[in-house]
Amino acid sequence: MNRRPMRFLLPAACLFLAAAAVTAMASGSAGIPLKRIFMIILEGKGTPEYGILMDIRLPRVVLGFAVGGALSLAGVMLQGMFRNPLVEPYTLGISGGGALGAALCIVFKLHYLLPMTALPASGFLGSCLVVVPLYFLNMRQNVLRMQGILLTGVMTSFISSSLVFLILAISKTDELHSIVFWIMGSLEEPSWMLILIVAAIALICLLLSYFFAPVLNALSLGEEEAVHLGIDTERAKKQLFLMASLLTGISVSLTGIIGFVGLIVPHFVRMMTGYDHRRLFIISFLTGAGFLIFCDTLARTALPPLELPVGVITGILGGSVFIYVLTRRHISGRSGGSL
Amino acid sequence: MIEIKGLTCGYGQKTILHDVDLSVKKGQFFGIIGPNGSGKTTILRAITRLVKPVKGSIFLDGVEMKDLHFSDVAKKIAVVSQNMPLIAMTVREFVLLGRIPYYRKLQFYERDEDAAIAGKVMELTGIGHLKDSLMSEMSAGEVQLAFIARALAQQPKVLLLDEPTSHLDITHQAGVLDLVKRLNRQEGLTVVIILHDLNLASEYCDSLALVDNGRIKKTGRPGDVLDYKTIEDVYKTVVVVRQNPLSMKPFVMIVSEEVRKKCENGS
Repeated sequence: MNRRPMRFLLPAACLFLAAAAVTAMASGSAGIPLKRIFMIILEGKGTPEYGILMDIRLPRVVLGFAVGGALSLAGVMLQGMFRNPLVEPYTLGISGGGALGAALCIVFKLHYLLPMTALPASGFLGSCLVVVPLYFLNMRQNVLRMQGILLTGVMTSFISSSLVFLILAISKTDELHSIVFWIMGSLEEPSWMLILIVAAIALICLLLSYFFAPVLNALSLGEEEAVHLGIDTERAKKQLFLMASLLTGISVSLTGIIGFVGLIVPHFVRMMTGYDHRRLFIISFLTGAGFLIFCDTLARTALPPLELPVGVITGILGGSVFIYVLTRRHISGRSGGSL
Repeated sequence: MIEIKGLTCGYGQKTILHDVDLSVKKGQFFGIIGPNGSGKTTILRAITRLVKPVKGSIFLDGVEMKDLHFSDVAKKIAVVSQNMPLIAMTVREFVLLGRIPYYRKLQFYERDEDAAIAGKVMELTGIGHLKDSLMSEMSAGEVQLAFIARALAQQPKVLLLDEPTSHLDITHQAGVLDLVKRLNRQEGLTVVIILHDLNLASEYCDSLALVDNGRIKKTGRPGDVLDYKTIEDVYKTVVVVRQNPLSMKPFVMIVSEEVRKKCENGS
């Protein structure tokens, strides 16, 4: 795939996101035709269709936008700072920590005490419990050791997933079901406030990420070259690590583990934008947002009345599309393009 | 320009450089030579602050380097290093990365001035026609020129080069060094260069520092540093030193084991 100019990519990504959002609004078991959506929204409250659109479908679209964008953004940052195309937001064990937190919350029935906030809060707390030691264990003389972070992250991931399995093994059937569903990921979230907080954080991080675009561009040449270009790499790495962790943590705590978005979207976008993080950030955010909304629509409508876990869809769909694109690239004989 | 005083440094527990004193004057073409692992690259890495001094200090224009901000150093010192990560970016994009030290706060894109400077240095290094080629698809010689162009885009006062001529044929060796020499003579750029090839070092450098085992063995003009006794002592290799008939600079020839034995038997 050749590189495309921004004046083509940016509208294309926006269009993809808009199409995914409109499709998501228009599909579902209630069968509201596309033409009527505008009318219903204009007519305002009162009709049952309005309730379905605004209270059931719209929150999912907004959450899909925020989480899809956040995970893709975190993926771009991490792949850039580790200079490793296989790193994704979940490599560092943040998701494992989140799952462990949520599982503990379900087993100890904390979500009966605080129905709205207990699960997200314990998920976020679990993520923090992973990130903080990860950060400080790999700090040596004020230098953040990247290889160390990667390895400890992968190991923490194993430890926390083993602990989750342990909890699964000793928990009762109904708890088992809730834990498994939480882990598989879903965009269902009843609290508008939490959705808006996540969306706001994601958008703020998108804006902030642009301060790091030149840094990550320089880092793509290697840490030493980045220092030669006058970049305080230690400070930048710490800030980027914390920002990526925050993005991943809030996503996981609200939606569970939705895999592959943070790995595949940055990859796929990089094939079209090239190395430049100034393009990668915004295009990845929009594409990731659209992709997750689209996958969620598919998850809701593929086998009605059953709702499939969205993480399953992102994995199957994202993985297949990616392999297809990659093999086509090899056939057409173009090499390079990733990092 | 660069003043190294009593520098002792290394990696972790291992000390590489012991009490190194070195002084590079403004406008000098300064060569660092020495056997593999003697600490040549570590001297450059200390100057760019990739290695922190354990003892001693380094001054840039009279200011101690540890007091300078990262981007201030990058505006004065540019580095052409040995490792060349090749990524899928065009030459123009690559050269523009050299403008990063000049980015202001809240500036995310290059200004016209940056693009103009990038264009100028690409012409100067003779890679203007390659500006849209991918770095990963160019020859080693062209990549080296692109690295020099990126360093020049930083508009430095000092250019540090770490073996810029390894893996190049003699056309490109001379091409790269002639270019650096022109920059040195015409633009007044101070050059500190690590060279493996003693003859290239002799031919191009005004002044040489011979590093052996983390210590400066000898400094001075090529004629003073490159005498056969010193070289045989440091490199543990038998050599013959003659004069280049055109430049009158010393020329170092290696004596192979076979020839050496023949001579020993003959005499």
